[in-house]
Amino acid sequence: MHIAHIMASCMGGIRTAGDLVAWMQMSRKMKIDEAKTYVAGKLNIDVMDLTNEEIMRPLREELGIGTVTSVAGGPKGIRAKMKIAELLDINIPSVDLFKSQI
Amino acid sequence: MEDSILTRMGDGERLWLSASDIRKDIAEGTEDAAERGKVPVLTDAEQGRLYDIMAEPARIVSVLPGEEVIVSDDGCSMSFYSGQDGGGVGVPMSRMQAVLTYERACGADSTSIGHSDYSYKPVKPIINFETNDYYNISMTTTAPLFYGAQPNMGLYFQPDGPCPNPSELLPLGEIKAALAAQEKAAGMLRDDLVYVGKRLAAIGCEGLNFDTSGSAGDADFMAALEAVAAIKAAAPGMPILMGASGEFVIGMHGEVAFNEKRLAGMYPHEQVKVVEDAGADIFGLAVGTSTNRTVAWNLARAVTFLKQTTAVADIPVHVNVGMGVCGIPMMEQPPIDSVTRVSKALVQLGKADGL
Repeated sequence: MHIAHIMASCMGGIRTAGDLVAWMQMSRKMKIDEAKTYVAGKLNIDVMDLTNEEIMRPLREELGIGTVTSVAGGPKGIRAKMKIAELLDINIPSVDLFKSQI
Repeated sequence: MEDSILTRMGDGERLWLSASDIRKDIAEGTEDAAERGKVPVLTDAEQGRLYDIMAEPARIVSVLPGEEVIVSDDGCSMSFYSGQDGGGVGVPMSRMQAVLTYERACGADSTSIGHSDYSYKPVKPIINFETNDYYNISMTTTAPLFYGAQPNMGLYFQPDGPCPNPSELLPLGEIKAALAAQEKAAGMLRDDLVYVGKRLAAIGCEGLNFDTSGSAGDADFMAALEAVAAIKAAAPGMPILMGASGEFVIGMHGEVAFNEKRLAGMYPHEQVKVVEDAGADIFGLAVGTSTNRTVAWNLARAVTFLKQTTAVADIPVHVNVGMGVCGIPMMEQPPIDSVTRVSKALVQLGKADGL
């Protein structure tokens, strides 16, 4: 059932920019349009391209914020989230904890 | 008129209906929600768009490019390894494997873990196990990782818990004792929610989900609101998603309040305002599906409640769209024709910020 929702109306997570928009809703209480505009601005792309794999796939690799296909040695997990927090200028609790331990 | 549209009842039964039947059900559904919630009915244009969604001949429908929203995870990752009673498919995989599969193979916008019981009370004695698992998994995920469960105040009543059971006291006319039992249980629930929330915050929890708040009535909803406020005061950086359990808060107690607002009878556009007051970051709207009405009727109802809620909300509204909620048929395997129509309508007409 959740796969059907994802196909029908989901932004696509780390395939595109869904996780980034989700972080803005969670960390700044942004509604969907505001969150999309904010993330598109940080990525310097059109809002329409937030869900465009053609744009987001290479951009995510270039920025080191995690890609859906596994690139050996490429940032994933907490390494990617550190970059995401920096890119979006937000605090991510797991990242803050990790950085405090380095 | 010829029965030309393939659709479903709220229990999933598939049937052919005429265009006029579908239009009639949409009109009746929105009028029912408007009357109950004292909110505006959907406009003729909106009812027409909802009809178009229901009448699309394709098996699967979707929003248009650019209209996509966030899908917040509420136990979906768990359904990879859980069983039938949790909607699970029983694949023998770990929690971490399930989360990473959901994130990377399914492209989910967020993921989650939670106790198999999916209630906070049983989490308390095993909080060290849960925080260890959460921490380890959060080191590997890129998308936001929620920890989710239900407040579920029912577990604090006898025979499952220490408090006298109001469902037994009320039929005996023991009104004061039933109210006192709910107040005592609400206090215990709040303290447990705060305990678990603070422990998770201490290990870098990226998001806490209070799912199905108010399932045991208004005192349950109050306990969740008070817990949100207390956790936010202690850990303001940890996002909290607070979801409801139905279109109105059931007045099992009838007199409890939050910030001097009586909770019993609140509809979603009122629920979201107290959830905001408590400090939550996202509100989860829930509207029950009636199994003996059509998906068109149920969906019109859900969209009507949602439209008013998103109009007044200052925080994102994510709609609960699991089995038997917001127009999704109440059955073990919700059909994807209905699921995708619900998705599309809630986003396009209800202006949902997420699902």
